Amino acid sequence: MAQCGIREYDAKRMLAAELPKYLGSGFGYEGKVALVGPDADYGALAKEHQWLAKERLVVKPDQLFGKRGKHGLLLIDADWNAAKKWIGERMNKQTTVGKVSGKLTHFLVEPFTKHDEDEELYVAIRDERENDVIYFSLKGGIFVEENWDKVIQIPVPILGDIDKIDIASKLSDAGKHRDQVASFIKALYRFYANNGFAYLEINPFTFDKEGNIVPLDLVAKVDDTAMFDCRKVWGDLEFPKAFGTTSSKEEEYVKYLDEQSGASLKLTILNPKGRVWTMVAGGGASVIYADTVCDLGFANELANYGEYSGDPSTELTYQYAKTVLDLMTREKNPKGKFLLIGGGIANFTDVAKTFTGIITALTEFKQKLVDNKVKIYVRRGGPNYKEGLAKMRKLGETLGVPIEVYGPETHMTKIVSLALKA
Amino acid sequence: MNSAELFTKDTQAIVVGFQQNAIQRMLDFDYACGRTKPSVAAIVNPSRAGWHKAFFGAKETLLPMYRTLKDATAKHPKADVVVNFSSQRSAFPTTMEALDDPNIRTVAVIAEGVPERKARIMAAAAREKDKWIIGPATVGGVKAGCFKIGNTAGTIDNIVESKLHRPGSVGFVSKSGGLSNECYNIIARNSDGLYEGIAIGGDAYPGSTLLDHIMRYEQIPEVKMIAALGEIGGTEELKIVDALKAGKIKKPLVIWVTGTCSKMFPAGVQFGHAGAKADSALETADAKNSALREAGAIVPNSFDDYGDAIRTTYETLVQAGTIKPAADVPAPKFPQDYAQALKEGAIRKPASFICTVSNDKGEELFYSDMPISKVIGEDIGIGGVIGLLWFKRHLPKFATKYLETVLMLTADHGPAVSGAHNAIVTARAGKDIISSLVSGLLTIGPRFGGAIDGAAQNFKRAYTSKLTPEEFINDMKKRGENIPGIGHLVKSVTNPDMRVTQLKEYVFKNFPKTDLLRYALEVEALTTQKKGTLILNVDGCIGITFVDLLWSLPDLFTKEQADEIIDLGCLNALFVVGRSIGIFGHIFDQKRLAQPLWRVPYDDIAYMTEVK
Repeated sequence: MAQCGIREYDAKRMLAAELPKYLGSGFGYEGKVALVGPDADYGALAKEHQWLAKERLVVKPDQLFGKRGKHGLLLIDADWNAAKKWIGERMNKQTTVGKVSGKLTHFLVEPFTKHDEDEELYVAIRDERENDVIYFSLKGGIFVEENWDKVIQIPVPILGDIDKIDIASKLSDAGKHRDQVASFIKALYRFYANNGFAYLEINPFTFDKEGNIVPLDLVAKVDDTAMFDCRKVWGDLEFPKAFGTTSSKEEEYVKYLDEQSGASLKLTILNPKGRVWTMVAGGGASVIYADTVCDLGFANELANYGEYSGDPSTELTYQYAKTVLDLMTREKNPKGKFLLIGGGIANFTDVAKTFTGIITALTEFKQKLVDNKVKIYVRRGGPNYKEGLAKMRKLGETLGVPIEVYGPETHMTKIVSLALKA
Repeated sequence: MNSAELFTKDTQAIVVGFQQNAIQRMLDFDYACGRTKPSVAAIVNPSRAGWHKAFFGAKETLLPMYRTLKDATAKHPKADVVVNFSSQRSAFPTTMEALDDPNIRTVAVIAEGVPERKARIMAAAAREKDKWIIGPATVGGVKAGCFKIGNTAGTIDNIVESKLHRPGSVGFVSKSGGLSNECYNIIARNSDGLYEGIAIGGDAYPGSTLLDHIMRYEQIPEVKMIAALGEIGGTEELKIVDALKAGKIKKPLVIWVTGTCSKMFPAGVQFGHAGAKADSALETADAKNSALREAGAIVPNSFDDYGDAIRTTYETLVQAGTIKPAADVPAPKFPQDYAQALKEGAIRKPASFICTVSNDKGEELFYSDMPISKVIGEDIGIGGVIGLLWFKRHLPKFATKYLETVLMLTADHGPAVSGAHNAIVTARAGKDIISSLVSGLLTIGPRFGGAIDGAAQNFKRAYTSKLTPEEFINDMKKRGENIPGIGHLVKSVTNPDMRVTQLKEYVFKNFPKTDLLRYALEVEALTTQKKGTLILNVDGCIGITFVDLLWSLPDLFTKEQADEIIDLGCLNALFVVGRSIGIFGHIFDQKRLAQPLWRVPYDDIAYMTEVK
């Protein structure tokens, strides 16, 4: 439901497959890329990619972070055996990259392209509201940031036509490569615009001894909502999580539920030992509840961020609620816990229906809620809210833990202070 | 009309997508506002053209429905708003089509998950044509007392509660649809109410922005103050800061940017909205809130104080005489929605129908008291299903097997009998299978197939009134009737009908009670003395053994219940079910063989009209 980083491997794979459609024979890049994951079968890889055993190689982690050379995570000009050994020494090892620490699990292997350092060029494309902006510099690689003033920016209006923009004239410094680079950039732009990309940076690209353009390092993001349009080009595209972030089984499960339905379900666990748990309806309201918990000084006790919206079914809401309740009742805290079942005044989500799902889950967790000394605060409005709130109040008679129930007459976030200031 | 105004009390919309609830909610709002004309001019429903019936107040009204937007806009040139409920996939082409239409000025795009590039193209296309897009990924918006987009502001009680049926003085805009509704409530409690509220949608590239609508409110004299909610992520609010600094926003602006909690979280938490993720320090809520405060906006300390900030601002304007508080207008008395009232237990009504045989209302379909999963799981067979649906009983195995045997026996009797014949003639006339089946079934009655029922009725009557077999035969003779179930065209004592032999065998072996069959065999012993072919035939045997079946299950059926089952015509029903199988066979046979229309040959009809 937003922009997602993809592996360099996938981006290069797509680039090699698609760019010739726009450039014809002018693009010699073959897309020799191999991805080594934690369960990789080296034998099978070498069989599938015959070049692995024949060529000199470059190896680097492929997990959505850059500056790999700087972090000593780059192997250059090695043979396949050395590459395997290098990967083996790093695979599944906890590694710190900048401030983030995580496990290395995926490595990209590709042929080593010998080139001069001054033949490293920079190109990137990103979205702005009204334009796509192409960035280009002859001073690519690690020098691009210190030479940012030399970067050429070419805005392409969203309704504009790349063919109407004279790229070549803007690349006057590019010397002998000027026309080749200009048509490469045009093709790259088409590739970007037609295939759901939201960000694409090749830094650097260079030329092999035949004069073909070769992308060396590449960063890409796609807009995953474009999936329905791009399935053919994307293929089995994976959206890896940012390096160092792992998602729990429960978060994955909620993501799965979200993908299975037209409704929206989100769950991020912030602190599994936290005492404040939220089960809030609405993408906007959920943020405000989290804000309010933090404002009251309970940021370190806030266990999760999440939301459900878009009129999910009773069953879906039940599954969602069950997941949250399971997480919140795993580890007891002598001070007890809070569950905030919050939400604004819904436009069309049926409060009675969704609350029925939550109530089923609460009833199922009755004993655990008692054991964990949970106090529940409810605030909600919208279609059938009277019925929904009445059901919640009724549940309070038998659940064995206190439930306070409020409707639209009470300010949306009032239950946060009611709970946490008590 | 002021060009900053998108909607008036006469605005009409074309709703793309057959969203019945949303359409009804728009009409309910219209009625509450005292509009004379519904705000929905037409509906675009790609799968059906025609009319849609909806409530307008207590009365019903018809809304025209077209298959294409083109048809709808051509017939309703005054409608200048499109409320686009198309799916994620088709939101883009339908919106572009709407923007291309000269009649349309505003398009609300409801779908979530519209690709960002497409959203940007839509936005740019709208700007180029000087048109407005609200959304995508939005519930829409509402202009109090005038016009409401789709599901905005929910149900009618909420609309009246938040005073949306008449205009106030506050212009509102936010990303979130859910929060908008919440804020309409907050605005109603802290001022004279909303003038207009727009939810621009939570995506990264909304078709119109917070600032676009703020600038619109700036140009509408009736809007005396502006309230807005921003969100972490994006730089949209910074454009508001620029506009404030440039002095372009002169009306008081109360604004709060949500997502202040993000500083406490690990980097890059994606909140509920696609656009709600800070990619740089400038995009955090704290940075935006302080920039807005510095630029002169009224920024509360937290969302908790948002209502207070609105109240203080409003009261200052009232004291300064800028606002003359809008009067409270009572909403017209609104008939409660029937389904809603019923759900709340506020009303009751006698049901028009009763059903005691099956129930499809719960999680699972029930045949009588048995869930369908158990019906299949326990393999109760067609006989068991008949037991549940006809008699509401769980029949023992011997009984269900008996019923299935009867169905097998009655399934067909060749093409010459009237039922099959009629079906064949109908099928050959080119009629469909249902007509053909029915024309065959319609011949079932006293003469064809009816012997089963007749035999059951007559033998049961004779036996229970203790007539001896002779008395029974004489009684029938006196009535001038043949005994139903006795007699066969060719079969006789010496050449018995195997169907009867087998059925009798099964019954004697399995039924605890066989009283009526024994009685019938005594009758047969007498009739066959008169003529060898006056045997108990298959119809008679079925009818009579069926009675024995009921009598064999005294725990399930009392005598009265057994009589009732016979009187209801269950035996005819059994014959109809069985024979339908065979009749279908004949119909398919004729159709497969492509048999032509049947006409009775002249020599099969004795023409005996008198010629004078």
